Amino acid sequence: MSVLKLAWKNIVSNPLNLILSIILFGLGIGLISFLMLLNTQLSENFEKNLADIDLVIGAKGSPLQMILCSMYHIDNPTGNIKVDEAKAFLNPGHPLLEISVPLSLGDSYKRHRIVGTNDGILELYNAQLDQGKIWAQDLDVTIGAGVARATGLKIGDSFKSSHGFDDDADLAHDHSAFNVVGILKPSGSVVDQLILTNPSTVWAVHDHTAEDHEGHDHRHHTPPVRSNEELLQHPEKDITSLLIKYKDKTNYRTLSLPRAINEHTDMQAASPPYEINKLYSLIGVGTDAIRWLAILIAFVSAISIFISLYKSMKERKYELSLIRVMGGSRATLFMLIVIEGIILSFIGFVVGMIISHGGMEIMSKFLQASYRYDFTGWRVISGDAWLFVGSITLGIVAALIPAYQASYTDIHKALSEKN
Amino acid sequence: MINTENLSFQYDNEELMSFPDVNCDAGEIMLVLGQSGVGKTTLLHLLSGIIRAKGGSVSIAGQNLSELSDKKLDHFRGQYIGVIFQKFHFIKSLNVLENLTIAQKLAGKPIDENRCKELLENLQIGHKINSKINELSQGEIQRVAIARALVNNPAVILADEPTSALDDSNCQAVLDLLSTQAKQSGAALVIVTHDTRLKDMIDNKITIS
Repeated sequence: MSVLKLAWKNIVSNPLNLILSIILFGLGIGLISFLMLLNTQLSENFEKNLADIDLVIGAKGSPLQMILCSMYHIDNPTGNIKVDEAKAFLNPGHPLLEISVPLSLGDSYKRHRIVGTNDGILELYNAQLDQGKIWAQDLDVTIGAGVARATGLKIGDSFKSSHGFDDDADLAHDHSAFNVVGILKPSGSVVDQLILTNPSTVWAVHDHTAEDHEGHDHRHHTPPVRSNEELLQHPEKDITSLLIKYKDKTNYRTLSLPRAINEHTDMQAASPPYEINKLYSLIGVGTDAIRWLAILIAFVSAISIFISLYKSMKERKYELSLIRVMGGSRATLFMLIVIEGIILSFIGFVVGMIISHGGMEIMSKFLQASYRYDFTGWRVISGDAWLFVGSITLGIVAALIPAYQASYTDIHKALSEKN
Repeated sequence: MINTENLSFQYDNEELMSFPDVNCDAGEIMLVLGQSGVGKTTLLHLLSGIIRAKGGSVSIAGQNLSELSDKKLDHFRGQYIGVIFQKFHFIKSLNVLENLTIAQKLAGKPIDENRCKELLENLQIGHKINSKINELSQGEIQRVAIARALVNNPAVILADEPTSALDDSNCQAVLDLLSTQAKQSGAALVIVTHDTRLKDMIDNKITIS
């Protein structure tokens, strides 16, 4: 029967007294931890998907929308641009560009976007083939690992797409099915959530549904378009945007390229890190407010731990005196109350971890749908360790005054009181 | 085993209280009689070192209590003195056995569950070993209190009004129980009470007035 065990028995013998402070404490810790977990995974998501992309070119509109659409696939396009307008940037011989990847967007399957592009996108995101092959013919698709997992599509399967991001049967395109020819390895980037195909596939699906109505042979008579050179053969066609990687970021001509595009063309160019930082600062205000709220809750709950310890200390005055009579010292009483504070805050911390990690795991499905990224609750971040240290410290601090009072209980008075 | 000399105590702004000397050897019983409010509890707390004397001295097993620091005194009390309180204070969150083992632990002695069980068996409450204190009858609680006072083989057992709430037959039984246990463990037993029934049963006595 050590002091630790006695402290534990004292807590479990009267749990109702302490349940409120534990729940309050757990809620505060849980909120802070959840925010950190969300923040960590969100910024990892954003950073991983920056993927060395230096510039995005697309139709004029909101640059942030264009970035969110073309790089994170969580927004709609700002519009389309003609291949003709972008031909300079599709030219493999462009002196400033190392990689230039066109994107044609429009359809999706079960909320996974179908992207008409070429295999430059695999290079940008370091994605590798797991099974099957890279798309080649029109209506061939290679799908990301996340798509395969979520939809259960396998090589050889076929499916029909729907327009935009909506998973609505009424909007389903009535055309020949896409054929899965390959599946990518998980890369942790947005490519995991994409269905990749030729730009010409996207054109075909769209042009036909827009122009034709009844029973039409959707097989294409033109050869499939994949590479930028092939794309340049169709100047009248639309693409949504271009992802660009520079040869040399510090070249002065490179630096003036975005401005030149914005001023002299009907297209716009935007720098992903710049737009994302802008987004961070917007989100930051909200998460800061919630974080302060959580800190406030944790602080209030520390006060409630203080009050419950103080109250139970007063109620147990004669027990504490008894401990002295039986040979315990003032230090023993002090330690007893401090250990009770530590146990309370530890339980609160565990409750908080369950709230945040369990909550994240439950919410991960919703988050994945809106952010196109795998979230998980089963992950410990360094912030949790700091929260642990903070929780225990708070528990000790809350226990200090009751512990001091306990150690200076007048045992003569406590034991002679008649009641 | 326990001896006092010219013991006195004074509460703030009150008269000085002087106490007759207490002398009780190992295996013997001493009775301290006095009406309510004459300072019996004060004397008991002086004897157990819960409060320190204003004048005079208390020595137990040859150790003068006033020579010990607070921390050492707490430790000494745990090892040498067993107190049976009038109100039978226990730690409510612990069961009977745990209330005994924590007394061993706090006195700095090794935890010896067999010793505790033996004691409880002796006092005929061995079957209540895992009960909570508030599940016991008054008589059982008293026995647990006696067991706890004895568990560390103290040199001195101090009992505060052990019989005042009992009828005549139980009064005799408890006195017998206490004196037998004290003799068995070779402790000096000091009973502080206003219960005049005990007056004729114990020879060695003093009266506080």
